[in-house]
Amino acid sequence: MSTATAASAAPPAEGLFSKKNRKLITDPLNDNNPITVQVLGICSALAITVKVSNALVMSISVLAVVVLGNMVISALRNAIPGRIRIIAQLVIAAGLVTLVDIVLKAYVYDVSKQVGVYVGLIITNCILMGRYEAFAMGNKVWPSALDGLGNSLGYAWLLVVVASVREITGNGTWFGFRLIPESLYATSGGGYFNNNMMILPPMALIIVGIIIWIQRSRNTKLIEQA
Amino acid sequence: MNLVNIFVKSIFIDNMIFAYFLGMCSYLAVSKTVKTAIGLGAAVVFVLGVTVPVNYLLENYVLKQGALSWLGAGFAEVDLSFLAFIMFIAVVAAIVQLVEMIVEKFAPALYGALGIFLPLIAVNCSILGGALFMQERQYSNVAEATTFAVGSGVGWMLAIVAIAAIREKLRYSDIPAPLRGLGITFILTGLMGIAFMAFMGIKL
Repeated sequence: MSTATAASAAPPAEGLFSKKNRKLITDPLNDNNPITVQVLGICSALAITVKVSNALVMSISVLAVVVLGNMVISALRNAIPGRIRIIAQLVIAAGLVTLVDIVLKAYVYDVSKQVGVYVGLIITNCILMGRYEAFAMGNKVWPSALDGLGNSLGYAWLLVVVASVREITGNGTWFGFRLIPESLYATSGGGYFNNNMMILPPMALIIVGIIIWIQRSRNTKLIEQA
Repeated sequence: MNLVNIFVKSIFIDNMIFAYFLGMCSYLAVSKTVKTAIGLGAAVVFVLGVTVPVNYLLENYVLKQGALSWLGAGFAEVDLSFLAFIMFIAVVAAIVQLVEMIVEKFAPALYGALGIFLPLIAVNCSILGGALFMQERQYSNVAEATTFAVGSGVGWMLAIVAIAAIREKLRYSDIPAPLRGLGITFILTGLMGIAFMAFMGIKL
């Protein structure tokens, strides 16, 4: 968001960051968050939030695939026949994800081992298909790129928050740095235990549920009508 | 015995929803009534049961390193595994289309029941997830892979039908407004997941 505001302060040459375009980035952060409001992309989001580093790598991968894919599909939107558009979108997504997977294996092999099948599952991550189908097929390249950026940032902050809660309470570390000193642990005479439950898969769901609760009680227009 | 083992394991212990969060999007979106949940669940079982064996054959006779050796000695070194994602998703999308057409032609009643769900399934993570787990776990033959696929599908169906039944009852309960709908569904799924973790202790 800071880049958007910084760039908009510069002389508005061709309105690249006009109010409408900025909204494309800021909207998915809260009012139209892909995870808590649109309910997309939960499939691969929850399983990799045990550690912040994994969540960050996953977010960056999704960001790359959504932004690039949005741009490619938006550029090809008049060339893709309507009837086979889903398959065309899937193939473009699969190609990009293959690239991301190879890059991850080359540069961050440990993380890529831990993230495992979930990188492949970015292909069927509903954020991708949702953005490709709902936005990129009907908009120009530049707004599509911004829309992809906004949505993947909305996805990223949620992932990092969930991962932070789980890593701090479950492991006493954040991003690999020890936050709770060793001396407090029961093994070295203190009385502190890690909450091992936070590392288990179901807790990710409960944390997201609580985040949704907090978000909706602050942003009351998101409350679902019964 | 090994097949029974894989079947039970993929339903309860490695449950697609509770242990791996696969197919969460449709799980959350289509779990408002039990009837539609059963429809989608059946479609997932069906599509998983068809696509995973096909992807298994593809993996073992085309993509793996040395898998092409049946073409002749010159192909023994070829490694196409980098194509796995594209091939798997293409197979899934193609089979979903094919299944849709076949069901429409030969079983109109089933098509009426599954109709709207079939196209959705191509982008259901549990289908591609099934293929990728099959690849990761290296099942030794098609029968094992198929059993795993059907088991995972049944596990997924079990989860969605259970949450749909709970959500039907939830209509009569007084939930705090911000938690209504999505929030409570997440928390309930988490609680069900904790319950399902009890199966982890089972040694087969």
